[in-house]
Amino acid sequence: MYQEMILDYYRNPRHFGELDSPDVQHREANPLCGDIIEVQMKVKNGAVNQACFQGKGCAISQAAVSMLMEHVQGKPVSEVHAFSKEQMLDLLGIPVSYARLKCALLGFKVMKMCTCKHLGRELGEGFA
Amino acid sequence: MFLPESTIDSVPQYANVSASANDSAIVSSCKSSFPLLVSQPKLVYFDSAATTQKPQEVIDALQDFYETANANPHRGVYALSVSATNAYAAARETVAEFLGARNEEIVFVRNATEGINLVMHSWAQQHVKQGDTILLTEMEHHSNLVPWQVVAKEKGARLDFIPLTPEGLLDMNVARSLLMKKPVLLALTHVSNVLGSINPVKQLVQLAHTVGAKVLLDACQSVAHMPVNVQEFGVDFMVFSGHKIYGPTGSGVVYIKKELHAELVPFLFGGDMIQEVHWHDSSFAAMPYLLEAGTPPVAEAVGLARAIDFVRALGWDWIQTHEQELMITCLNGLRAMPQVKILGTTTPAMRSGLIAFNLGDMHAHDVASVLDDAGVCIRSGHHCCMPLHEKLGIAASCRVSFGVYNSREDIVAFLNALTKACEVFKLEQ
Repeated sequence: MYQEMILDYYRNPRHFGELDSPDVQHREANPLCGDIIEVQMKVKNGAVNQACFQGKGCAISQAAVSMLMEHVQGKPVSEVHAFSKEQMLDLLGIPVSYARLKCALLGFKVMKMCTCKHLGRELGEGFA
Repeated sequence: MFLPESTIDSVPQYANVSASANDSAIVSSCKSSFPLLVSQPKLVYFDSAATTQKPQEVIDALQDFYETANANPHRGVYALSVSATNAYAAARETVAEFLGARNEEIVFVRNATEGINLVMHSWAQQHVKQGDTILLTEMEHHSNLVPWQVVAKEKGARLDFIPLTPEGLLDMNVARSLLMKKPVLLALTHVSNVLGSINPVKQLVQLAHTVGAKVLLDACQSVAHMPVNVQEFGVDFMVFSGHKIYGPTGSGVVYIKKELHAELVPFLFGGDMIQEVHWHDSSFAAMPYLLEAGTPPVAEAVGLARAIDFVRALGWDWIQTHEQELMITCLNGLRAMPQVKILGTTTPAMRSGLIAFNLGDMHAHDVASVLDDAGVCIRSGHHCCMPLHEKLGIAASCRVSFGVYNSREDIVAFLNALTKACEVFKLEQ
């Protein structure tokens, strides 16, 4: 699970920081581990102009959200919104045990909340 | 952060070498009483502070009750119901004797959390008034914090917290001055489930009683590891969870001092807790039945009593010596690893058999995942002590905690797995 790439993203997170006047932002915590992730986004012409995150937590949660931030730059918000859990796990590229799924998907859930807010949609089921 | 200042090597009182060979034989015979550990011989179970494994005799006691004595107690006049009633009463006697209490001072609940909620509803809601203070400590488990937050908000009372010293012990000087403010209740844990610190309960109870405060003791982390005698401590309320002392889940105990029984109101209402019921009014049963509404957890109570018998058969001398030896061996091993930051005191006499720590810059869940791959079960997270972790400036920690079945080999396996984790996480040796 702890390949070099994951540790690299954990120790040197990409797109980590804060935006000036973001168009949309959301923050979630995982009360089980105390992981916290906040995602901020600027949208231009229906696409993600800038996205970044702040937070603290385990290597899996932090690496996953950092990779996601990289992935969504420049993509249409509707496409980001349609991004699935399975695609997120593929992007992470490591086998994630059941106990760690919440860690792997915390940033994904926060991103989803951002696109929901922007598109005026409900989060839908499967996001306990 | 609590950094190891004092040396633990200078306190060898428990690390008795001659006891080790004998100890090893007892441990292996003890371990063979736990079917889960027998069927998974490579498993290193280091999460007894969360819940203990169950010895065969406790599992048998549950099965035996259902196979031979099961009926609803206190109800039927037939012989089988009497057997169930007797089994339940005998379980209460065992618990009472174990704690130095009277039978009517023992109330069976599901767990310590329910026990504290019971004290909250049955006593505190009637006795905490606006402007009163409830005194807690900075090392309380959420279960001994959140109910008091609710009472304080409802009643307009305030919460004070006995702070910690840099070593992770209660600051007794501040404790004295906070007690001088005459809190109505002091609710504290006997042993911290994060720091392992053993609190000076007797001393605090004496101080609290001189200012008229009642004392609730959370004995969850001590009851399986050291003698807990309510008379010796002089506490007014005491709670523990049966599953942390080798008993079944769903078995918990509240002790309430007899002198307070007249002040209690029922926690739950309904069957079994009544004396007479009319259409518009009812009168209630005496203690302990007053606080045990509905069909009680009879099999669980019977299982808990058997677990207490198991602990008594091993004896405190052996249990304490064994667990201290494990703790000292583990502390020494952890202190030899520069990447490890231990939480709490490193003075063995001041701590129980659990150790929380962090490894380099890694999150506790990452460490626990790698250890899990090696078959080592450790706890990771905030251990239901979020404010304490916040105070320590950390989001989470790893925790190992020992039971009677753990051996020195388990410690070696754990330390090896931790060394492997350093490699996986590319932490400097």
